[in-house]
Amino acid sequence: MSNARMRSPLGRALGLGSAKDGVEAWWRERVWAVALAPLTVWLTVSILMRADKGYAAVVAWLKMPVTTTLMTLLLVALFHHIAFGLQVVIEDYVHSRIKIPVLVGMRLGCLALGVAGLVAILKIALGA
Amino acid sequence: MTRAPSDRQRPLSPNIQIYRPQLTSVLSIGNRITGIALSAYAVALVIWLVAAAAGPDAYAAVDAFIGSWVGRIVLFGGTFCLFFHFCGGIRHLVWDAGYGFSLRAIYASGWAVVAASIALTALTYVVGAILAGYGP
Repeated sequence: MSNARMRSPLGRALGLGSAKDGVEAWWRERVWAVALAPLTVWLTVSILMRADKGYAAVVAWLKMPVTTTLMTLLLVALFHHIAFGLQVVIEDYVHSRIKIPVLVGMRLGCLALGVAGLVAILKIALGA
Repeated sequence: MTRAPSDRQRPLSPNIQIYRPQLTSVLSIGNRITGIALSAYAVALVIWLVAAAAGPDAYAAVDAFIGSWVGRIVLFGGTFCLFFHFCGGIRHLVWDAGYGFSLRAIYASGWAVVAASIALTALTYVVGAILAGYGP
């Protein structure tokens, strides 16, 4: 969805809202949140149904293509959502010089954790 | 000698410490706190997946922690945080769509979030207990 469609013509004419890419950022946050909601329900129900089933059952479940696909989507949506959320928190409460390093570190941490999760899922799926 | 007004340490708006906590403000900060807490649970999810990929021994170590009393309490807290943040997030998405801004609607949806997150947490543990063979 483009900036043009999300902003009202009057708002644009009056120069309301962010001068830069605020609408774009706002929209991205919502899309990832909406994507994450059903995936969270799926994960919660799946884990609930497999609690106390042990290693073999969990790996067999993770090997299923449906699980691999949904878990991949969940990790991507989850760490996008976390990065957006923690960015707002950091910007609200960290006002010193360390703000930018903290923001960069948080972003890189989300990327690293997401990739680690994806590699783990792929390793299980491909049967290594 | 009095100091210039601009030198005085004046309280800054919005003076959160003098406000009586309200449902709206408690849910607002609650959504933020549970979001931060759930970030830690996301790290735990990745550790769980990496352990499963590493093999039975690594998985057994993680499983042993989840099964311990500390692990169970942490998991219970995470379950509530998840449902609270989930319901609060849906409330926010409804607002983003432009609905539910009347004072009555805001309080109704607020109490709905509280009730739903408690009910869903309870439901999860009841279903979990039944699936584990403790139920009827």
